[in-house]
Amino acid sequence: MSKLPAKAKCVVIGAGIVGNGMVYHLAKLGWKDIVQIDKGPLPNPGGSTGHASNFIFPVDHSKEMTAITAESMRQYKEFGTFTETGGIEVARTEERMQELARRITSGKSWGVDGGRILTPAEVKELVPYIDESIILGGYYQPTVGVVDSLRTGTIMREKAQEMGALQSFANVEVQDITVENRKVKAVVTDQGTIEADYVVIATGCWSPKLAAMAGAHIPLTPAVHQMKDIGPVPFFKDTKGDIEWPIIRDMDVFMYERQHGTGLEIGSYAHRPILYTPEDLPSNATAALSPTEFAFTQADFDIQDEHAYELMPSIVGDENVREKYAINGILSYTPDGMPILGETPEVKNLWSVAAVWIKEGPGTAKSVAEWMVLGDSHIDLHASNIARFHEHHKEEKHIKSRVAESFNKTYGIVHPLEQYESNRKVRLSPYYEREAALGAVFYETAGWERPFWYDCNKDLVAKFGDKVMPRTAEWESRWWSPIINAEHLQMRETAGIVDLTAFAYFDITGPSALAVVQKAALRQMDVAIGRVVYTPVLGPNGGFKSDLTIMRLDTDHFRVVTGGAHGMADKKWFADLLPEDGSATIKDITSDYTTLGVWGPNARAIVQEVTSADMSNEAFKFSTCKEIDIKGVKVLASRISYVGDLGWEFYVPMADGPALWDALWEAGKNHGLIPVGIGVYGTTGRLEKCYRAYGPELETEYTVVEAGMQTPKLKEADFVGKEAHVKHRAEKPVAMLCTLFVDDHTSSTGEKRYMMGNEPILTLDKQPITDAHGRRSYVTSAGSAPSLGKHILMSYLPTELAVAGNKFIVEYLGDHYPCSIAEVGSTSVFDPSNERILS
Amino acid sequence: MDVLVCLKRVPLAGGTLILTPDSRDIETKHLGFGISPHEENAVEAGVQLVEQMGGTLTLLTLGPSDAEEQLRSQLAIGATRAVLLETDGQDWDPQGTAAALVDAINAEETKFDLIIFGAESADSAGYQIHIRVAHALNRPIITNVKSMKIENGVAVCDRVVASGREHYEVALPAIVTVRDGLNIPRYPSVPGRMQARKKPVDMKKAEPRVPKLEKVNLALAPSKAKGAEILGNGVDAVPALVDVLKKIGAF
Repeated sequence: MSKLPAKAKCVVIGAGIVGNGMVYHLAKLGWKDIVQIDKGPLPNPGGSTGHASNFIFPVDHSKEMTAITAESMRQYKEFGTFTETGGIEVARTEERMQELARRITSGKSWGVDGGRILTPAEVKELVPYIDESIILGGYYQPTVGVVDSLRTGTIMREKAQEMGALQSFANVEVQDITVENRKVKAVVTDQGTIEADYVVIATGCWSPKLAAMAGAHIPLTPAVHQMKDIGPVPFFKDTKGDIEWPIIRDMDVFMYERQHGTGLEIGSYAHRPILYTPEDLPSNATAALSPTEFAFTQADFDIQDEHAYELMPSIVGDENVREKYAINGILSYTPDGMPILGETPEVKNLWSVAAVWIKEGPGTAKSVAEWMVLGDSHIDLHASNIARFHEHHKEEKHIKSRVAESFNKTYGIVHPLEQYESNRKVRLSPYYEREAALGAVFYETAGWERPFWYDCNKDLVAKFGDKVMPRTAEWESRWWSPIINAEHLQMRETAGIVDLTAFAYFDITGPSALAVVQKAALRQMDVAIGRVVYTPVLGPNGGFKSDLTIMRLDTDHFRVVTGGAHGMADKKWFADLLPEDGSATIKDITSDYTTLGVWGPNARAIVQEVTSADMSNEAFKFSTCKEIDIKGVKVLASRISYVGDLGWEFYVPMADGPALWDALWEAGKNHGLIPVGIGVYGTTGRLEKCYRAYGPELETEYTVVEAGMQTPKLKEADFVGKEAHVKHRAEKPVAMLCTLFVDDHTSSTGEKRYMMGNEPILTLDKQPITDAHGRRSYVTSAGSAPSLGKHILMSYLPTELAVAGNKFIVEYLGDHYPCSIAEVGSTSVFDPSNERILS
Repeated sequence: MDVLVCLKRVPLAGGTLILTPDSRDIETKHLGFGISPHEENAVEAGVQLVEQMGGTLTLLTLGPSDAEEQLRSQLAIGATRAVLLETDGQDWDPQGTAAALVDAINAEETKFDLIIFGAESADSAGYQIHIRVAHALNRPIITNVKSMKIENGVAVCDRVVASGREHYEVALPAIVTVRDGLNIPRYPSVPGRMQARKKPVDMKKAEPRVPKLEKVNLALAPSKAKGAEILGNGVDAVPALVDVLKKIGAF
C-alpha cells in the first residue's frame, strides 16, 4: 500500500455513500489534493452503507429532505445504479389513509408527481402475494426504486481519482484530529499524520467519536434497525436480477417488505428503540459480521413476524421459506430526525456530513460540497445545519431520550405541530410558574417551554363565538385550540402580554462592530443609536439565511435578537463574519436575558402606568429602543411588533423578569390585559400582517425581491449576497410571494377543513404550478386571520399568475378547495396602512 | 419415539476474539449467541426422527435465563418443548453440568429413547458432558456419529475414525453424540418462530454445585498470519495469479 501523504487540502474521513459522494463532488467543483481514509476495507468498509436495504421512496413531508432525495435519485440514475420498481405504502387504518393522501399532497408540493391512491384490489394486482383483506388501500408511487449504494460509492471514488483529485486509503484508523486557533490542523492516524486545510467527517454512526477528537459535537446516536431476509420464495423463483416487484411499506405496523432476488427482506422500525454509543461498535477485526451488523435479537421481532405473516401469508407463512440472514443493523439517528451538515461551530474548516441515509447520500454530498467550495448550496439545508443545536441538544440525555421517543415514528403519522414528551422543562422562563398557574399549554422551542395558549382564556371562545373559526376535523384540531383565535381577537380589542424568552440574543461590540453587522444585514445598519432595524440576512447566492432584528445600543454596540429555533445558526453566521484582528467580538447572552411583549390598543396605557418614561408616539417612535424603568427595574424597551398592534418588547436580565411581569400584569388589570400565547405571535398575528418567517417563506431558494422585501434604496455598504441581490433587483422576479384567502372550506364530505401549510397550490383544472425556475407553488404558511374571518395561505406564485383576485385550488388531504389572491407582495391584509402599529 | 437433545448457549464469534479485562471470559459485548454447530445437527436429527416416527423432541440446557433465546430458536425448527436449568450466568464445570443434566433427565416423566448431544461445545470443547451423563444414566453411548438411523429399536450409527469408519448397532435407550455432516440443519421459518413462542419452556433453578474445576484465566491463541494476500489489481495481477495457480497444481 502506498504511504499516506503528509499534507492535503482536504481529508475526507469515511468511504460510505457519503464520504465517496463528498470526494466526488469536491473534485467536480475543482478541488484537488483530496485524501480519503477509512478504517475498514474497500469497497465495503463496514459502516451502515454496507447493510442498507437501499430502496428510495421519494416523498417526505420535509421539503429539504425531498429535494435532497430527488437530487440523489438523479445521481444514482446518472451512474446507472438505480432500478425503478415502484412502491406502495399500504394502510390498515382510516387515519393512515388520510396520511397517505397527505403524502401525495406533499409530493405535489415538492415536485414529485405520479402518486395515486389504490384500492386494496389494485394493490393486489401489483403485488399478488399480499392479503388485501387486511388493508384499506395504498399509495402507489411509481418512481420508487432501489439503488446499489456500494457500486455508486465506488464509481464516485473512481471518478474523483480519474480527475486526479483523490487518493483513497483503506484500513487507516483515525486516532486524533488536531486543532490550532479553533481551526482544524491535522488528522492523526495509525499510519501517520496528514496536515489538512479542511477535514470532512463522513463516518456515519461513528461521527460523534471523531468530532469529539477535535472538541466538536455531532449529536447523533447509533440505533438498531432490524431486518430479516427469508427465502427462497417459490413465487420469486423466476425473478431476474435484484428486484422486480414493487416495494411495500406496511406503514401502520412500521415495517417494509421488499423482494430481493429470490428472497424477501422484512425490515422494521416497530421494535423497541435499541440505542448504542459509537464506543459500543466493534472494530472491523472483532465484529462477527461487520461493525454495524449486530446479532439479530428475535424477541424484539416476534410481533413483526406476525404482522409480516398477516400481510403476505403465502410467502411469510410458508414453512419452507426460511430465514437466510437477519441482523440488528446500525443506523444513525438524531434528536430531531434531520441530518447534521455543515461546518462545526466549534472548529473552523471541520465539516460534518452525518446522519445521512442512502436515499439522501449523493444529493447531500453535492449540496455540502457546494457549501464548502462556493459558500452556499443550491438546496436550502437550514433544517440540517449542524449549527442549529443549542448546548443542551448536545447532551447524551437529550439525544438518547429524543431518539428513543421518535424511533417508532420513523413510519409514524407525525402531526406538523407534534411536540416531544421527553426531556422537557430543560429551560424555563422566569414566568413559568405564573404561566402554569394561568393554564398555559406549553410547546417547546430550543428547550424553552413556551405558552402556546392559556386555558384561563377559554371563556373568550364563547365571547367571540364563530369568529374564533372553530374546527371540527380532528387533524387540524390536534395541537390547536380555538382559544388561540380568541386570544388574538381580545388582544386586538385590549392588549396581550407575550413571553418571548425563547429569543436568542447576542451582543456584537468593538470598533468593527458596525462593519460586522453591515456585512450581515441587507438593511442599513449605520443608523442612529437607539434605532431598531428588522433585516433579512442573505447568503452568497442572495437567498435568505435569516431574518432578525438588530438594535444599535451604542456606537460600537449592536444587539442581535432572533428566534430561538434558528438562534445558534445565526450566532455562527455572525461569528464567522468577525474580523481576525479581534476588533469586534460576539457574546451570546441568550441565557442571561428574557423578553416580554405587550401589544394591543391599550398597550401604551398599561406601560405608561408603570414607568416614568414618556411612552407617547412622539417621544417613543416606532423602530426605536431605549432604556426605561418599570417599577424600579431597568428595562430595554423596543417599539416593534410582530403581531400588528401597538406595543413594545421589554428586555431585562432573567433575574428581573418576575418583577417586570408582575408590574405589567398588575397595571394591565384595568386595561383588559390578557396572557397571549405563541399561537397568536407565531401564526395568527403574523399572518394577518403578512409577515414572513425564516424557514417557511424566507429561505435560500427565494430572493428578497420575490419575497417582496426589497428596500427602495440599496445601501452602499457591502454585505454578504450583495452582488446576487443587485442582480435580483435588476431582473423581473419569476415568482412573487402572495397572500391568499381560502374561499370555501367545505370538503367533499361537507366538513369545514383548514389547511396547515405545505399544501400545493393548483390551477383551476387542478394542475400543479411551476415557475420559470422549476419551483412548485405551495403553501409556505397557513393559519387563521381571526380579525378578517379568513384562513390565510401564503405562497410563491409565478409572477404572471400573481395578480390580486386570481383564483386557484389548494389541495388538502386529497380534497380540493378554492382560494384566491388577496395581496401580492408584503402589504398586510389586516390594517394595511399600519395605523395600529404606528399610532 | 421420545428424543432429548442437550444444548449449550455459546457466543457466536466471527472475528478476532477479545477477553474481558480479568481474562476469565470472552468479551461478548459485541457478539450474538447461538448453539454449538454440532448441536444444530443434533436438533435436526431429532426433528427428523420425530417427523418420521412420531413422538416428542425435548430440548435441555443449563445456562443463564437468556438461553431461552437459543431454546426458542430450536423450538422454531420443530422441537416439542424445552427445559432450561437456570444458572446465575457463571460457567459450570463438566462434573456439575453433567450432574445437573442427569438430575433433570431423571426428573422427567418421559423416559427418553434417545439422547443426542453435539460432539463438543463450540466454546470450551471439553468432550465430557455426554460421557458423564451416559455413565450416570448407565446407558450405552456412541460418540462422533456422522450417520445414524433408528431401526426396530436399535440405533445404527457410523462414526469416522482415523483408520476409516466404525459401525455400531446399539439397542435403545442410548446416547449418541453427533458431528457436522450428519445432516444439513434447517433454519427457522417465520411460522416456526410464531409456533415456538407458544411452546412450553420449563424454567427451573439449577441448584449450585461445588465446582471441582476452577477457571483461572483464558489466553488467546496466537493469531494466524493474514489469510489474504493481495496479488495486485486488475490485469497487473495476472502473472502473480498464474504463479499461484501453478504452485497449487491447478494446471
